[in-house]
Amino acid sequence: MRTLGFLLRKEFKQIFRNKSLLPMIFVAPIIQLLILPLAADYEVKDINISIVDHDHSTYSQQLISKVTASGYFQLADYGNSFKRALKLIESDKSDLILEIPQGFEKNLIRENKEKLFVAVNAINGVKAGLGGAYLAQIISTYNNDIRMRWLQQPKFNPMPQIEVTSSNWFNPHLNYRFFMVPGILAVLVTMVGAYMCGLNIVKEKEVGTIEQINVTPIKKYQFILAKLVPFWIIGIFIFSVGLFLVARWVYGIVPVGSLLLLYSYMSLYMVAVLGLGLLISTFSDTQQQAMSITFFFIIIFMLMSGLFTSIDSMPHWAYIIAKCNPVTYFIEVVRMIVLKGSSFSDIKYHFLVMVGFAIFLNGFAIMNYRKTS
Amino acid sequence: MTSEVVIKADKLTKRFGDFIATNEVTFEVYVGEIFGFLGANGAGKTTAMKMLCGLSKPSSGNATIAGFDIYKQTEEIKKNIGYMSQKFSLYEDLTVIENIQFFGGIYGLSDKQLKAKSNELIETLGLQNEAKKLVTSLPLGWKQKLAFSVAVIHEPKIVFLDEPTGGVDPVTRRQFWDLIYSAADRGITIFVTTHYMDEAEYCNRVSIMVDGVIRALDTPANLKRQYSATLMDEVFYELARGAKRKSD
Repeated sequence: MRTLGFLLRKEFKQIFRNKSLLPMIFVAPIIQLLILPLAADYEVKDINISIVDHDHSTYSQQLISKVTASGYFQLADYGNSFKRALKLIESDKSDLILEIPQGFEKNLIRENKEKLFVAVNAINGVKAGLGGAYLAQIISTYNNDIRMRWLQQPKFNPMPQIEVTSSNWFNPHLNYRFFMVPGILAVLVTMVGAYMCGLNIVKEKEVGTIEQINVTPIKKYQFILAKLVPFWIIGIFIFSVGLFLVARWVYGIVPVGSLLLLYSYMSLYMVAVLGLGLLISTFSDTQQQAMSITFFFIIIFMLMSGLFTSIDSMPHWAYIIAKCNPVTYFIEVVRMIVLKGSSFSDIKYHFLVMVGFAIFLNGFAIMNYRKTS
Repeated sequence: MTSEVVIKADKLTKRFGDFIATNEVTFEVYVGEIFGFLGANGAGKTTAMKMLCGLSKPSSGNATIAGFDIYKQTEEIKKNIGYMSQKFSLYEDLTVIENIQFFGGIYGLSDKQLKAKSNELIETLGLQNEAKKLVTSLPLGWKQKLAFSVAVIHEPKIVFLDEPTGGVDPVTRRQFWDLIYSAADRGITIFVTTHYMDEAEYCNRVSIMVDGVIRALDTPANLKRQYSATLMDEVFYELARGAKRKSD
């Protein structure tokens, strides 16, 4: 116990004297939480549209004003030459072309139907797909408007329509940040555990001090515990700063569920991630090696955790990988507790899985860590 | 000096694949002795020493350190030895006094002993003004003296020194050896490797390793007589010349 005290005192002194680690611990997470949720946004706005109007009628004007008033589109060009519009697409000044044919109004009234042409620049797939979909939606709404006007108050609607009204639960305004902030919190904590802790242990190997430690009566578990505990505390600290300072005051996210539950899961998760850091450190002799290995894992963990993309829509094999990723469970739980207010019975399974991860990663690491060679 | 044995190595061997770093090394070291462990680079000195400290498991052979078996009683051995490696291995980002207290603490010194010991060490080393400075700011020679003092802070039975004076100026080396003598006077057995033949002359007995095998073991005077040399340098050269292993 006394030995552990000496070791912990030494670790904390070293961490607080490390001039490159301190900003990583205290400044980087806050900056990341301030920037990422605002920048990593799925909503596509300001799509540049070129409209080629061959009709110049009341109807075409109405349609154009619908499109520009929707808020999604910026009118990049308005004219009557498709060639010119295509040039704009080629020079990347415009993303979409809407071509209104000659006789649009006439045909619509006389023949009851008319075709519109939409050309999409699909280099940026997300923007093209969403832009095309938004435009189709606007046109179909406009179509309905016209229809309603023509069928002047019929006794009953001759064309039955299903109108969909949806209400968004847990995030009523579909605020993307509500989705991102808890996820980024989870990633930050992962970085502390896997990255900082792993590097710290490898540093002793690299400098050679670990040899000095190994000839002392310090026990294996004491050394490991003294390495894990400080980062466990730092992880919880960063999580709290993120949750109470940034999430609450900047984004107005107040956890709906129990804080106790959130912190219990978080503490357990930290143990698992620290195990990963420890494991990485047993496989590397220099900080550079440790960094490369951690980098590899962090990238996969980030992209396959459901942070940005839903894991349910991944192909089956990728879904399985995502399910073997501890980060996935933590992000899910943080979102469930913070946004939905889930209770223990909802995340029982998540607890169980995380206990498994913690035992596996730490057990493997301890087996792999030797005082003698 | 008594003839009580404190280190006993019996056919100690370490293999790394096909390469035999240390080949059936057998020797004894007596209590209170300064035992010089010489050999060219790559002769297997460090490997042998690491096995004796419990840092490396022997491939075969036996050894006892202070009466404890190196296979079964490594934790007991660790309480009774001090070790100073080739690489400087105190914490550079801790101050002088923090290093002393940390290592003293993990060797189980009480708070009172710690305080007394740190004051005593700082005084003997003349580090009063540097006590609160980070170790990284000290000159190499001072670091080595500090590392030695920390290695014997718990008054171990044996201290292993792996090339402790590498890269240190002659004056500081002299002072370093004064520290070694004073530790030996307190009854601590010194097991030291070195490349400086003048230092070999300071030892009670020296062994010379060539290609993983001990080729000579005696007092410096006897060795010089045996090889009809006037300096240890000549003895060493005579033996090491035949080495087949390339030095690194």
